[in-house]
Amino acid sequence: MNSKLKKALARSFVYLMLAVTYVPILVLVVYSFTDAKVMGMWNGFTFDLYAKVFTDTEILEAVRNSLILAVVASTIATFFGTVSAVGIFYMRSWQRKYMDFLTKITMINAEIVTGIAFLLLFVLVRFIPTGWPSLVLAHVFITMPYVIMSVLPRLGQLNPNLYEAGLDLGAGPMKTLWKVMLPQLLPAMISGFALAFTLSLDDFVVTKFVNGSVPTISTYLYNKLTKKGVQPVLRALSSLIFFVVLAILVVINILSRRRAKAAGNVK
Amino acid sequence: MESKTTHEKFDKIIEVKSVTKMFDGVTVVDDISLSIKRGEFVTLLGPSGCGKTTLLRMIAGFEAPTKGQIFLEKQDVTAVPPHKRPINTVFQKYALFPHLNVFNNVAFGLKMKEIPNGVKKNRRGEDVPVFRHYTKAEIKEKVERALALVNLADYGHRDVNSLSGGQQQRVAIARALVLEPKVLLLDEPLGALDLKMRKDMQVELTAMHRNLGITFVYVTHDQEEALTMSDNIAVIKDGVIQQYGSPKKIYDEPANAFVADFIGESNILSGTMNEDFKVTFCGETFACLDKGFGKNAPVDLVVRPEDIDVYPLHKNKGTLEGEVLTSVFKGTYYEMNIVANDYEFTVQNTDEFTPGSRVRLGIDPDGIHIMKKLRTVNEYAGEVSGETTVDFLGGTFEFVNSEQLEKGTPVRVLVPFGAVELTDDEEDGVIGGSVAQSLYKGSYYQVQVYTDDDNDIYTDTSDEWDNDDRVGIRIAPEKIVVEKREETADETV
Repeated sequence: MNSKLKKALARSFVYLMLAVTYVPILVLVVYSFTDAKVMGMWNGFTFDLYAKVFTDTEILEAVRNSLILAVVASTIATFFGTVSAVGIFYMRSWQRKYMDFLTKITMINAEIVTGIAFLLLFVLVRFIPTGWPSLVLAHVFITMPYVIMSVLPRLGQLNPNLYEAGLDLGAGPMKTLWKVMLPQLLPAMISGFALAFTLSLDDFVVTKFVNGSVPTISTYLYNKLTKKGVQPVLRALSSLIFFVVLAILVVINILSRRRAKAAGNVK
Repeated sequence: MESKTTHEKFDKIIEVKSVTKMFDGVTVVDDISLSIKRGEFVTLLGPSGCGKTTLLRMIAGFEAPTKGQIFLEKQDVTAVPPHKRPINTVFQKYALFPHLNVFNNVAFGLKMKEIPNGVKKNRRGEDVPVFRHYTKAEIKEKVERALALVNLADYGHRDVNSLSGGQQQRVAIARALVLEPKVLLLDEPLGALDLKMRKDMQVELTAMHRNLGITFVYVTHDQEEALTMSDNIAVIKDGVIQQYGSPKKIYDEPANAFVADFIGESNILSGTMNEDFKVTFCGETFACLDKGFGKNAPVDLVVRPEDIDVYPLHKNKGTLEGEVLTSVFKGTYYEMNIVANDYEFTVQNTDEFTPGSRVRLGIDPDGIHIMKKLRTVNEYAGEVSGETTVDFLGGTFEFVNSEQLEKGTPVRVLVPFGAVELTDDEEDGVIGGSVAQSLYKGSYYQVQVYTDDDNDIYTDTSDEWDNDDRVGIRIAPEKIVVEKREETADETV
């Protein structure tokens, strides 16, 4: 086989893979701009479906719930995740290894297992009512490892004596955390927050088990789909979710690239 | 300015009393006591891992002693957290705050500081002290003075990441000094700088110490740095202070072979103290200035290379006859290796003698310094584990059980230095260990090996071993002396 052909094959493989990944989303996005009842029919270009998304009170409620949940859960997860990362970082090496492993388990664990586990927990522990409290708790739990994962490497890059330098210059432990450590960790915390936010926003499996009577975007979509099939308005809603998450991911990437550059300068 | 009376009252600014620090069961600082006088420049000197930095960190408050106490101006500060101690630290890698510019780095401590501002009456009519923070103008003035002190007057607005290593270190020094600490701790502050920069900073630091009158405690592994800068040096090894004294005293009268070897170039030999003022080594007897070792006591002795006189053979002076092996010109003198009676001396002399020529060597009485032998035999606590085996150092060794000791008998095990054999392959030894140091004793090396059970063993060998090398340890069974040991609380380990 000559090298030209080889190259062409390799390239077409890449395009095929990209197509497999993105064509369904592309189709969805394209057809969100036409209000035909059945997918595949083109009724002419219109923003009607998008208008419907923003007027449908049911959808709006689900979106509002999802956003509130994502903001609250990721804020809490960012706080506790950062504190945990600092704690894990200063552990002795063997303890650190165990903690690293423990936090990763929750990331790798099948979500359905986590969901069922939470359901059972909330059945068992009656004083946490299903609904908002259980939702927030579960989302903090599933997103916190990502914050830890984002903050830990940054701690490794820091000067090992930075915290001690703060203490040495007369700032107490809390003040040192606030005035010295936080500014160093902020970029990592922001990308950790953004990761947690997107995860919380589009989580379905765990949410479905613990949401009680609070509809979120994902549970609303699922309920509608199972009861009434694919309604045209869901195409617009799904496209919107896709773009929001995409935008956040782009921001995370820009942030982390800037951070890598800054780290390069220090060297 | 402090008055004379406070000087006298608090003559000892820092007192470390029987401080021990253990990490995960390993003793890093072993029962160290140390007094530092106000205004002194004291250096903690030792090889890496000797515990010097840990000791410094305990004085700063970053580590709590496992045992013992630390006093600052007679106040027990052992439990005082670092941010409440009037002590500041210059860290090895500067530890500047990357998000602040030079000015704000230096101003950081001032902004934290609360200063007394008179008293006010509380509701019960009692006087309570009032504190305030420094004003912006005060901070500005102090920071600028500190930056000028380290020759960085116009660097206030600069980003700390844009500075060179030397400049960053100056900022770190200014940041610590601006708080006018009672004691300034410096943890290998020049370690990351290149040679030229290091020399300049040494001069500047000594000048700063002289002008400011602040007590400096300086940690380094660089003996030259210690000798040039300090008022007093504590030479530390294995968490124990080997010797404390002025640079001159430590150089001229090292307390033991380790100190002699660590400080400066030296010829370290084993000898016998026949009687007071008379010592035999290299097969010859020399007059010396030391006494009080007893009759025919085995000793270590050190002869500095510059204290050996070299004469041409025909002059018939000196005590030893030898042959020049090598000669290297060192700028102001020649450094020669001369072998005499199987001992290889390092000699510094302004006259050159060509390699191969035969010479006579003379040593004046004041050129010989006698030291107590660190240890003449390895001694351990062990237990008989079989008919001809004994357990110690975490391994099972063969021995000649002439006294028919029963299994399980607690014993004292003596292993002469010459009985220990080191093997390249760790697997070939009964136990493994890592080489801590090789001390050249003229005709052989005395090697100290750390065993894996946190003990050590000395051996005399003809080979030099690299530090930190993993080696196997074997002991000749017929040379192990095993004595029955009475069970006591303080067993010799």
